[in-house]
This record gives sequence, structure tokens and C-alpha cells, in this order.
Amino acid sequence: MSNAESNKEYWRWTESRYTNPDLSWKDSEIISAGVDVGSVSTQAVVMVDGEIYCYSSMRTGANSPDSANNAMDWALEGTGLTLDEIQYVVGTGYGRVNVPFAKRAITEIACHARGANFIYGPEIRTVLDMGGQDCKAIRCDQRGKVTAFLMNDKCAAGTGRGMEVFADLLQVHINDVGKMSLQVEEEPEPVSSTCVVFAKSEAVGLLRKGWPKEKVLAAYCSAMAHRVVTLLLRLGIEEKFVITGGIAKNIGVVKRLEDELKIKAPEPNIDPQLAGAIGAALFAKALVEKERKKA
Amino acid sequence: MIAAGIDCGSKNTKIVLLKEADILSTALVLSGFDQEESAEQALNSALDKAGIKREEIKHITATGAGMEAISFADDTITIITADARGTHFLFPSARTIVDIGAEEGLVVKLDDQGKVKDFGINEKCAAGAGAFIEAMSRALEVDIETMGELSLKSTKQIPMNAQCTIFAESEVVSLIHQKTSKEDIIRAVHDAIADRNTSMVRQIGIEQEVALIGGVANNIGFVDSMKRNLGFDLLIPKEGIAPEYVSALGAALKAQDKIGG
Repeated sequence: MSNAESNKEYWRWTESRYTNPDLSWKDSEIISAGVDVGSVSTQAVVMVDGEIYCYSSMRTGANSPDSANNAMDWALEGTGLTLDEIQYVVGTGYGRVNVPFAKRAITEIACHARGANFIYGPEIRTVLDMGGQDCKAIRCDQRGKVTAFLMNDKCAAGTGRGMEVFADLLQVHINDVGKMSLQVEEEPEPVSSTCVVFAKSEAVGLLRKGWPKEKVLAAYCSAMAHRVVTLLLRLGIEEKFVITGGIAKNIGVVKRLEDELKIKAPEPNIDPQLAGAIGAALFAKALVEKERKKA
Repeated sequence: MIAAGIDCGSKNTKIVLLKEADILSTALVLSGFDQEESAEQALNSALDKAGIKREEIKHITATGAGMEAISFADDTITIITADARGTHFLFPSARTIVDIGAEEGLVVKLDDQGKVKDFGINEKCAAGAGAFIEAMSRALEVDIETMGELSLKSTKQIPMNAQCTIFAESEVVSLIHQKTSKEDIIRAVHDAIADRNTSMVRQIGIEQEVALIGGVANNIGFVDSMKRNLGFDLLIPKEGIAPEYVSALGAALKAQDKIGG
């Protein structure tokens, strides 16, 4: 994609792929993979013996099977590893039943809890997954097993898609929204409309009133944070508390969420958008071990 | 004696001028940034059409989302009162009103005197309002005015999974990619918004006859979906006044009451 084109697509977050240079799949016991086909993004994670070997994260296309294939192909690119050598693949996410090469589908709630447990450690008890088209509050135990959850998947308010709409409206790149929203001297009143469609009209009104983009973004980020806090409080928060999914990378929402909850969410050393696919890959590994035991 | 009713909607500002019970003129302008200015424009346009002077208007009643902004109005009434009055005037047999505007949907139940018995309102979510159809017409690149007609040409009923307008936009785009015909998608759009409004009506209980008012009642595709959903015919203003003017008419009737009383 040309630069001029990407400049117009403010919502388009950076796709990425990675190979761990310190690992080799050739002398490993178990090669497992997880593919998280979300409504907005798709991640493929390949693990060797329970460690991340390579991954990709990209935009979900028009259909789930193609998105899963593309993500897996990209993750494996340049590694020499082929799909045939992966012993077990678990599909998760919105399109989990449409991952052609997956042996099993596991819900994204289970996978996110398991993935968060891997990324942040066993002391995690509450996971907030802010995805592209839904938002889940999950409680889990020290093994990353889900004990309770609440979810909003009916409404774009509080989801990544809603944030993309705002990025487009304000012509601010989605990667910069969070930082920019913090460049205000005083925190404005949050946007009052819940519905993203109405919030958009409200934002247009604020811009006409002469509000700078930073202030409008601050008003939206804090509205989104507040909305998600409501969901979390209904479920009940137990520490440690972490955030996964794409919005975890939006410092403007994360900071306001932390302020409202008066709880700090630890910073991840792994892309938190990968949590679902990591969880799926870990389940895949466990399933290989189970099969071996039986045999 | 002449009275005026102004309905300051979220999208359009409507006005009705009444001489006793006769409609002298109506006018509609976009509710711009300055609602009072839009109302002023609407008023002037209605005065021109009727060929009367401003001083001849004895009472002005405002209603709708932006009613508080109209400083030249003599008083204000809620949209529910306005809808009840306007609808009962046009259709004395109506017991339920469904009013679907650009940004809200509401249901009002009436007794045989036109008194409000109960009501329900959705102003929180675009999915049940005209904004939903507008967003879908943009995603489909189809002129909003032709949505109704095209919908009636649909040959296949397909489901819409998304409720949220934002999510439905993506769903419409993927339906286009899957080569689903525009006509079938448009019907699915109308079925979806009809579903949402029907369940709102059911929540407070349907009592016949049911009148459909508000700008969305002009969309014949939506009306068709709504009728199919409810299983009976609807009362829709046609002669002399369009459905989007009923709230303004109700306000004008209330203004007449003030002069008379």
C-alpha cells in the first residue's frame, strides 16, 4: 500500500509479524499453533514447546478461512516451517469454526484468559479484553481457567471499531489516538452519547464549537473507559488486573480506565492483541500432550 | 386565529401553521448548528407560503429535541404530547403511535380520547432510528430516497446479524462482497429496523389501530417490513400532511388551544 493511501486510512493499524531468533523448531518436542480470527483482526501464533516461535497479526478479510490462511502463511514466512509440521492447531475468536486447518475450536474467552496468564503470569485474576467488535470482562484462576465473565458484543460503544470510527472522523492515525488524547491540560467532560453514531455527531458539534482534536479524543477516550468500567464493576474486579486486545495499546483509554478504577494494569512485554492466539496455541500444546498420553 | 407548531428534530426542523383546524402551510429545513436560526428560517418559509405576516400568529408552541433553544416560542410541550395530539387529530381511531425520526424512535399508547396512557422511547441507540437506514444507504452507495423502492424489488429474505449500526455497516459491506443483491440487502436493513421497533411496541403492548409517523414512515420499504412484522395494516398520514409533520401539527393544535382558551 502506498503512503498516500495509508494516510487516508486512519483506522488502519500496523500489521506485524515476528520470528523469535533464539528458538529453533527443528529440535523441538511439540509444535502447536493458535489462530484467533476476530471480527477486525486475525492473529496466528506458532509455539515450540510452549514458547512463542513466530506470529502474525493482520486485518481480518472478507471471509474467515482466507483470513486464517493468510495469517498463518505470513507467520510462517521465512521460517522454513510448514503447516504440516505443526502438530495441533486450535482456532478461536469470532471466526473460530472457519479455520480450515484447525483440529479444534475453543472460545475466545477461554483463550484470552489462558493467554493473559501466559503473558502476565499466574497472579492474574481479572482480564479485560477490548477487541475490535466486542468487550469482555473475564475472571480467572491461577491456571488461567475462566471462573466468570461478562461481555458486550451487541454495541460498538467500548470496542476497537468505535475507536476506529473516531480516528477516521478526526483524521488522526489510530496508533496516535491514545497519546494525543492525553495532550490536554484539563480533562473535558466525557462524550455523553453511548451510541457511536450519536457520539460521532456529538464530536462534530464539539469540533464546530472550536474544540481541538486532542480535547475531543480525550472526551471520547474517557467515555469509552467509563463504559468499560461499568462492565468490570458488574463482574467485580480482583487484582491483578490486565487488559488485552487492541485497545490495550491505546494509552488514552488505558490511563483513564486505571484512574477511574484506581488500579494499575501492568504493561505487557508481548503484544496484548496476541493473547487469544497465544491461549489457543497453549491449548493446542496441551491437546498434543493429552493425545500422547492416550497413545 | 393563526397558531404555529415547531418541531425541532435532531435532523430537520418542521413547522405547521394552523388557522383554527385548517393547515395553512408547512415547511421543513435542516436543523443546522444553530437551532433557533433553523426554526426562524422554517417559520419565514411557512409564512411566505401561506402569504401571511408574522404578527398574525397568535401563539407558537415548540416541541422536539431542540425545543428549549427556540426563544421566540411562547411555550413548549413534550414530543409525546405533540405526537398524541397530532395523531389523534388525523386518526381518531389510533390507539398506538409509532414515531420514528432520524435519531429516536418512540411508541405512545392512547385512549379513545387521545390521552396518553403509556409510552416508550429509544434515544440511546441509532439502530432503531432513521440514522440506521442513512448509514446503510451510505455503505451501499444507494440514494436514501430510493431505498424504499429497491427494497420492494427484493426476492430473497436474508438475515442481518448485527444490531449495532456500526457493526451492521461492516455486515453490509461483507454482504456486498459476497455478491448479495443490493435489493435483498436493503430489505434486510428494513427488516432489521422494523424488528427493533416492533419489539419496542410489543414491550408496551400493541393496541390497534397503529399509526406510523415520523420521517421514516415515508420509506415504503420500511413500511412494508413493519406491516409484515406486525401482521396488520398501518395508519400513515398521506392527504394534506406528510408523516414527518405530525409532531409539529400536534404542537400547532396545542397552540390553537391556548388561543381558544
